[in-house]
Amino acid sequence: MPYLGGEETVRELRRALSNPNVQSDQLRYRNTILKVIRAMSQGVDMSGLFSEMVKACATVDVVQKKLVYVFLCSYAALNPELSLLVINTLRKDCQDPNPMVRSLALRNMTNLRLPSLVEYVEQPLTAGLRDRAACVRRVAVLGWAKLHNLQPSSEIDAAVVNELYSLLRDPDPVVMVNCLRALEEILKDEGGVAINKPITHHLLNRLKECDIWGQCEVLRVLQRYRPQSEDELFDILSLLDASLVSPHPPVMAATLSLFLSLCSGQPAVNLAALERVRGPLLAACGSGSREMRFTALCHIQLLLRSIPGLMGAHYKRFFCGYAEPAYIKQRKMQVLVELVNDENVAMLLDELKGYCTDVNTDTAQAAISAIGRIGRSYSDRCLEILTGLLGLKQDHITSAVVQTMRDLVWVCPQCSDTVCFALEGCEETLQDSQGRQALLWLLGVYGERVSSAPYTLEVFIDGVRSEASLGVKMELLTATMRLFLCRPAETQDMLGRLLHYCIEEETDMCVRDQALLYYRLLHCGIEETRKVLQGRRSDPSLGVLIGRPAEPVSQWARSFNTLEPLRQGSIETESASRGSPEHTTFDPKPNADLSDTLDCSHIEKVHSDSDGRCLDSSADILASSVAAPLSLSLFPALSPEEFERLWLQQRALHAEQEEAEEEDFVWMEECVRCPTIPCCSPQSLQAAMQLVNIQTLAFTPPQTLPWRVYLYTHTCLDDSPHSTLILGELLYTGEEPQKAEVNKGSADGEVGVEGTEDEQARQGTEATADGGQETVKVTLRQQPRDDKALKGFMSILTTVLHTLSSEKA
Amino acid sequence: MISQVFILSSKGDHLIYKDFRGESGSDAVGVFYEKVTALTGDQPPVVMSHKDLHFVHVRQGGLYWVATTTADSSPFTIIEFLNRLAALVKDYCGSLSEKSVQMNFALIYELLDEVVDYGYIQTTSSDVLKNFIQTEAVSSRPFSLFDLSNVGLVQKQLSRRLGFFSFQGGKSEIFVDVIERMSVVIGSNGMLMKADVEGEIRVKCYLPNCSEMRIGLNEEFSIGKSQLRGYGAAVRVDEVSFHQMVRLDEFDSHRILRLCPSQGEQTVMQYQLSDDLPSAPPFRLFPTIERDSGGRLLMYLKLRCDLPPKRFSTFHNLSSPDQSAELKPQSRAVVWKIPRFTGGTQLSALFKLEVPGLSSASLLEVGPVGLSFELPKLTATGVQIRFLRLSPVQPGPSQRWVRYVTHSDSYTIRI
Repeated sequence: MPYLGGEETVRELRRALSNPNVQSDQLRYRNTILKVIRAMSQGVDMSGLFSEMVKACATVDVVQKKLVYVFLCSYAALNPELSLLVINTLRKDCQDPNPMVRSLALRNMTNLRLPSLVEYVEQPLTAGLRDRAACVRRVAVLGWAKLHNLQPSSEIDAAVVNELYSLLRDPDPVVMVNCLRALEEILKDEGGVAINKPITHHLLNRLKECDIWGQCEVLRVLQRYRPQSEDELFDILSLLDASLVSPHPPVMAATLSLFLSLCSGQPAVNLAALERVRGPLLAACGSGSREMRFTALCHIQLLLRSIPGLMGAHYKRFFCGYAEPAYIKQRKMQVLVELVNDENVAMLLDELKGYCTDVNTDTAQAAISAIGRIGRSYSDRCLEILTGLLGLKQDHITSAVVQTMRDLVWVCPQCSDTVCFALEGCEETLQDSQGRQALLWLLGVYGERVSSAPYTLEVFIDGVRSEASLGVKMELLTATMRLFLCRPAETQDMLGRLLHYCIEEETDMCVRDQALLYYRLLHCGIEETRKVLQGRRSDPSLGVLIGRPAEPVSQWARSFNTLEPLRQGSIETESASRGSPEHTTFDPKPNADLSDTLDCSHIEKVHSDSDGRCLDSSADILASSVAAPLSLSLFPALSPEEFERLWLQQRALHAEQEEAEEEDFVWMEECVRCPTIPCCSPQSLQAAMQLVNIQTLAFTPPQTLPWRVYLYTHTCLDDSPHSTLILGELLYTGEEPQKAEVNKGSADGEVGVEGTEDEQARQGTEATADGGQETVKVTLRQQPRDDKALKGFMSILTTVLHTLSSEKA
Repeated sequence: MISQVFILSSKGDHLIYKDFRGESGSDAVGVFYEKVTALTGDQPPVVMSHKDLHFVHVRQGGLYWVATTTADSSPFTIIEFLNRLAALVKDYCGSLSEKSVQMNFALIYELLDEVVDYGYIQTTSSDVLKNFIQTEAVSSRPFSLFDLSNVGLVQKQLSRRLGFFSFQGGKSEIFVDVIERMSVVIGSNGMLMKADVEGEIRVKCYLPNCSEMRIGLNEEFSIGKSQLRGYGAAVRVDEVSFHQMVRLDEFDSHRILRLCPSQGEQTVMQYQLSDDLPSAPPFRLFPTIERDSGGRLLMYLKLRCDLPPKRFSTFHNLSSPDQSAELKPQSRAVVWKIPRFTGGTQLSALFKLEVPGLSSASLLEVGPVGLSFELPKLTATGVQIRFLRLSPVQPGPSQRWVRYVTHSDSYTIRI
């Protein structure tokens, strides 16, 4: 803070301070000192007045003393020599009959933070520990911690440490808590204060005497304690139960932290504790202090990661108040998205719809994307709202809606029809680059279904010279290329113009290179271009289909009751704005060792693709890498709906008709021994499957029974021109493996029924030892029929499953 | 653990700065203010970080109350502490404003010195602190203890309470306030979509000697859905929590809270009620929104107060002859202020707005309507204080005040 006339002020104050008339008049003296402190806290450098202030220290007026000490503690480091002068006054004050004066002197003695004064301070501090007034002992205890940090290298007398330990039994609770704090600091290198059974129980018994701050401190220190027996653990937990539902959020949070660390081995107890804090946490969410609300919300988000249903019934508590700040509203919406279920979805969407027209654009956009998130499970209702919002013709709303639709289509391709219909005409309202990028992506990918797509693109292409955003230009190139592939006649001319402009006139190298790449690609022929450009239209990951799995509490227990959860959100919102979905969606990277083992087991089948092309970042890079006598491919992609239709419909048909051989498809069932497969995570299974070009579509979460996976692929034998589509189901029913029912319908589809009837298949561990009694039933459906390909596929699948399960084991 | 505490005015003036541990440089204040001003909007996130510095701040009385701390410290504790510090400053200085903090900086330094030592919170109890704090509060305006004109309004109480701690020889008084905050959402169809009440009983005690007080609540006060008491209409709440000093041995049988109040202010009991108000929501709105032939937006609002006729409410934020309305272009809102609204009556207003480019779709953008109000002498849940007994019987004149007030936390009516 610039303070004009600083020097002038200092000079004037110095004159006043050294004026004997002022010094003799207590009130004037004090007021002059007040002026000094005021200037100091405004940021003016007052260190020049140090010696005058030292003199002012020797007074009987306690208020003046306090003021001078504030000054001295701020500037002592700059004047170590002069500070020596203060020590005498301070030491004298330590003998004062008034305990307040004693504690004041002791506190400021240690606050001077001068290593040269340590020798003078030790003696009064030692005396202070035995002072009869609690307020002096409080100060003395912490004084030792300050002293230690002043000279971290020097050893603190063991006698002092012992004395501090014994002061844990001090009648004053604040002294006790300060001892804990001081010991934590002094013994930092040894891991802090020793928490053994007697100390723990002593602290727990005195917990009630402490105020909330002391309680928090004690609870935090106790996190290091490990109970010796289960009985002891439960004794401690029942002692703490009252604090768990404390009306003071700090105590509640500290207690929950302690619970989580004490019962880290007992998930059931942990979950029960989380249920128990629901009430207090919800109360904190309604607290009068916004900041406290925010903190509680952030921590509720943590809890929801483990118990998604925890707040389900209380979703109304997370409705936004109209005067709440944007950061709270956004958090509340994040929570609301998590809480959606069949019963409340209508209410919730109605509420969120109300926020979409919020004056704060960030809030409005957050509300729109929240609706989009809900749309993943309730797409029809959400699309209706989103489409309605386009009618408002507000640029920020339209932009957010288009971006949301893009993200929605990426995970729920079945929404594409509605989205394509809604897109008409919204390019006029779009202003910002993010929104236009999203629109372009949609037009590129679904261009054949949006009748006005070429006209829209043409407007963009005509305006490309004045386009400032790099992202929009890049997206425009790709979108025009894609549209050209499906509607060549309408697009050819404008594509030419765009490429010409980008190659000849564009100054940005990125755009120019991209255009050149496309230009050369077109030279390679339309099929090549198609291969490169027509990537995925939807998210291959399983997040949507299986929902987010409940995380174990241990995943976040460490960050509970720290600043961490409060900071996370800002990062999330940053990543929310982005370009095309395929560049940013989680790409399931198989871990290196896994892919190695898989490759080894396949070595005879895999020969690398002759023309080692380098494609762009689309997710289909893997697709072309496995070429064998039998090659698998993921294209054309199959939507979950399509899969369901084929699977169910044909299955019913199949059950009725015995003469399935006449059909164009074949069923096959088989059992594969791979005991640990159902325990492995969806991600790793998916990654493994993708490596060999098998797309997994849906999963049950791990460890649930019956455990199912649905998958599909296209096979293609090198010697036969046509490919077949294989749909498959992996089923693991648990303890009693079903006998594989071999279908009569499939001619020679049955490969083997291996040891499924074994009754020993009780325990997984035994089973593995015995050579894998637990089996996964594989049901495959192939269309059109091709036995060789089916067998080939089966062997690939078996290899993958075995590799995975051996890894797991 | 708190490394530094500082108070900044909304314009970034340094009001108070105290470094407890001497670990981080004094440029922290500047860094913090830079971060605040760098953000768009006036609502910076609660936690901000710069290298190893972690700032946690709360906003009270238009000031930033900031603590710097380590990453692993408890946000609940720090925020509660900052709020408590602000409350203490308010108790001592009478009000929270840039001016009062500036004038009382010596007192605040003294307070901070006693409250925190070496970054550890020592005590925030006003009982303890009154023994240590020597500096007298400076008031920017004269105050009168006998100005009781606005006893009904909690917020205006502040000026009267000024300097109570330094005014030991004053009158002995005790206030028991039942404060409720409503958050209500009424759907466009008039359906009550959400109604939550957060209530608390606050005791402000300025009695020199009071060993025990007993607060009697309604006999038919019941907690939870299952438990019903008495024969009359039950006063029901969902969840209750008590301050740890409250003894509940007579609560189950007679709904009596026993406590030994310490000097200053405490929240004795907190309770919540969700979705099941004993009476109809206090205000109903009947809106008509349309577009007239001249392309203007017409908003016809009819607001009805469903309170019993004797009651009245004060819209402290929003002035029947001196009502006023104002258009706030920045927040795109029309603010209609009604100083006093008698129960059982209704008010109506017609707003004509010139909106460039008004389309029929734009009508969808209108709304919601947010009401902020204060209902004195009323609790939404029906919680009442039956009696207030002090023991030992206070010698000399002592004043006992029981006050009820319901605020709107968020009262939203969708259109």
